[in-house]
Amino acid sequence: MSALELIVSGDARLFAIVGLSLIVTLSATFFAAVIGMPLGALIALTRFPGRNALIVILNGCMGLPPVVVGLGVFLLLSRSGPLGELGILFTPQAMIIAQAVLIGPIIAALTRQVIEDLWAEYRDELVAMDLSRTSRVATLLWDARFSLMTILLAGFGRAAAEVGAVMIVGGNIDGFTRVMTTTIALETSKGNLALAIGLGLVLISIILLINAMAWAVRGWAERHAG
Amino acid sequence: MRDRPTSLPIRFDAVTYSAGTTAILREVSLSIGAGPPTVLMGPNGSGKTTLLKMAMGLLTPVSGRVDYADQKDQARRHAFVFQKPVMLRRTAARNIAFALKAAGRANDPAVIARLLESVGLGALADRPARRLSGGEQQRLALARALARDPEVLFLDEPTASLDPAATKGVEDIIARTAQAGVKIVMATHDLGQARRLAGEIVFLANGRLLEQMPASTFFTNPATTEARRFLAGELVI
Ligand SMILES: Nc1ncnc2c1ncn2[C@@H]1O[C@H](COP(=O)(O)OP(=O)(O)OP(=O)(O)O)[C@@H](O)[C@H]1O
Ligand SMILES: [Mg+2]
Repeated sequence: MSALELIVSGDARLFAIVGLSLIVTLSATFFAAVIGMPLGALIALTRFPGRNALIVILNGCMGLPPVVVGLGVFLLLSRSGPLGELGILFTPQAMIIAQAVLIGPIIAALTRQVIEDLWAEYRDELVAMDLSRTSRVATLLWDARFSLMTILLAGFGRAAAEVGAVMIVGGNIDGFTRVMTTTIALETSKGNLALAIGLGLVLISIILLINAMAWAVRGWAERHAG
Repeated sequence: MRDRPTSLPIRFDAVTYSAGTTAILREVSLSIGAGPPTVLMGPNGSGKTTLLKMAMGLLTPVSGRVDYADQKDQARRHAFVFQKPVMLRRTAARNIAFALKAAGRANDPAVIARLLESVGLGALADRPARRLSGGEQQRLALARALARDPEVLFLDEPTASLDPAATKGVEDIIARTAQAGVKIVMATHDLGQARRLAGEIVFLANGRLLEQMPASTFFTNPATTEARRFLAGELVI
């Protein structure tokens, strides 16, 4: 069967793989954002000893190799590891954790930079308005919303595209932890190029579609609120 | 009307401020009391913006002190219109609503409409504030400051990018606000504007306070050669 036929015929196996990929990557992006954005904002707005070192480390972690993250999470979740009791190695949960660890630093580091720049611009104005600390953070996050959305997309894109981490902690188990990228790698090595190409096209289309939707939302919002 | 103790006078006692090795304010001592507008004048870079920000509490002196009559470090009803105001990423009306909320005032659409109307922006309520022209932004910043219902209103060159009609409009608002009992402390380069609005003049040059005197005296009989040359339009450094 050709790649196109697989997509058009709505192959059930293909749909399961695409579905799991989306669930894993969207969940990972969600958790990474929930932790990474407030953390980035906090680092942007507070002064403490070792802050510069932390920023350098955080920025460096944006380039973590997926296989290394996978290995780290693997060791953490393996039976003899500190979180071995959970028994979630080789499950989608483990894949979500690995991807969240992979993109958490990206989201935190970029958020830190964006919020710090905006704070430099807003500082006098917000202090003059007597805003409480929490209101300041809320205002900065809200006013940076378009940049933050782009950061989310960058995180999502990175997670959706990686193969090393989910391969190691998910194990690429057929019908259970197999996602688009691991399937592409496997099918290509088996010489099953049709499925590999089909999935590759689907993967790229999904990333494009999500970016297009984000672009539309942003355009609409900017026209209405600047 | 005034439910909190007044913060006036604001007293500067030998206030010095510097950035790195550059001295920006040198041993400035002055008192800003209730009454007609206090207008800061002086050449570019003389320290007017720095002095205003310090009076607002946005900068801390390197040495010397700034004291308020109410002493306590409480929330004061002070408002500031910056030389380069920052517009929040929302509509003009929501910028006002934001300031109302921050000041603990009710978010009343009628109040917002009246404030926008007063600065001639009634028709632009729903325009994203960052899309407004420079002069419109400056007027929105004034309305936003007035939304705090301030006791003291600091204005840093509030008409610098306004056309003659808008300048007249803003001067009228300032005069009316002052008459309503709000203390105005403003910096301006516009000699005519200073003559029209000032009760007293504070003249700065090179980070030093050279004169503080009633406006009528300053314009007819300034005490220092620097002020005389400044009024004659000569370069003062
Ligand atoms: N953070 C800073 N770092 C270094 N220099 C500064 C800083 N802030 C102000 N200055 C310098 O201090 C001097 C006074 O600045 P200030 O903005 O108070 O002047 P100003 O009287 O308001 O001038 P203008 O009429 O141009 O608005 C200027 O020479 C300026 O370059
Ligand atoms: Mg200035």
